[in-house]
Amino acid sequence: MTPCPECEADVPVDTDLEAGEIILCEECGVELEVVNEDPLELALAPDEEEDWGE
Amino acid sequence: MLVGVLCSRIRVEEKLLFEALKTHGMAYEKLDDRTLIFDLHDPAPFRKYDLILERAINHSRAQYALHMFNDWGVKTVNTAHTAHVCGDKLLTTQALRQHNLPVPRNLVAFTPESALEAIEQLGYPVVLKPCVGSWGRLVAKINDRQAAEAVLEHKQILGSYHHSIYYIQEYIDKPGYDIRSFVVGDETICAIYRTSDHWITNTALGGQASNCPVTPEVDALSRAAAKAVGGGMLAVDLLETPDGLWVNEVNYTMEFRNSIDTTGVDIPSKMVEYIRQEASA
Repeated sequence: MTPCPECEADVPVDTDLEAGEIILCEECGVELEVVNEDPLELALAPDEEEDWGE
Repeated sequence: MLVGVLCSRIRVEEKLLFEALKTHGMAYEKLDDRTLIFDLHDPAPFRKYDLILERAINHSRAQYALHMFNDWGVKTVNTAHTAHVCGDKLLTTQALRQHNLPVPRNLVAFTPESALEAIEQLGYPVVLKPCVGSWGRLVAKINDRQAAEAVLEHKQILGSYHHSIYYIQEYIDKPGYDIRSFVVGDETICAIYRTSDHWITNTALGGQASNCPVTPEVDALSRAAAKAVGGGMLAVDLLETPDGLWVNEVNYTMEFRNSIDTTGVDIPSKMVEYIRQEASA
């Protein structure tokens, strides 16, 4: 469990998370980015930008 | 062999590619485009890679980074040229037309006034798309003059300069689906139908994926489209029309999470095999 930086709810996390991966806080619904794998650190994910895509 | 992976946001696709690289015994390093510094006088930090796989989510960053890598002699998949063409719908259409491939009719204009005239020339409904963008974002179906005037004004007032390049496409009345094929090198490895009640069938907007047989027509057109834009690993969007298949768009950082189980094709492995082949060439 790691606290959500937005609502401070405990976010359950997998063990195989990659830095840069996005997860959802089920409590408040924000997107969180894994900014560090060990120790696990979460931050608010960046907003979608105009040139994002595939 | 060492592969660099240019990325920032790690999507399901990147995780699958990392797994495939590991499975194939290929070492890789992530190159987070948010932390990279490029010294234009010293390419050495990037020359250690046998190949750099581009998986950036920002088109602009991908395009500039690939340009620098290729100028420095670093192999990339895809190339800067392919990214340049595919990252811009106008340039994609041009490339496809230059190769005499079937595409919807498109008009381009640079002012709201000429765009309105172009829309009226084409006839309603039309589709207005930003040249750069993905996932169906800001794509508008315009059914009449009032809607055209409103959207054009919004683009002019609210949009950046980029939105004043008006790429206007004839509306194709799809049979509820379009086709996305995946081309890796010279092979169409698989294809899916993207079905939706909405006129935009992107899976990013809820379109449902199902297996599409790679018929000789799908195969030939997909490979020809990939070749026209510069080749590499590409997702080709095809439209079924009464006159046969037409090419709509080509994507150069393809997303494929919904297409592996659907088609039974191990897309990440196919991609990694191609990367090995290109790195060794």
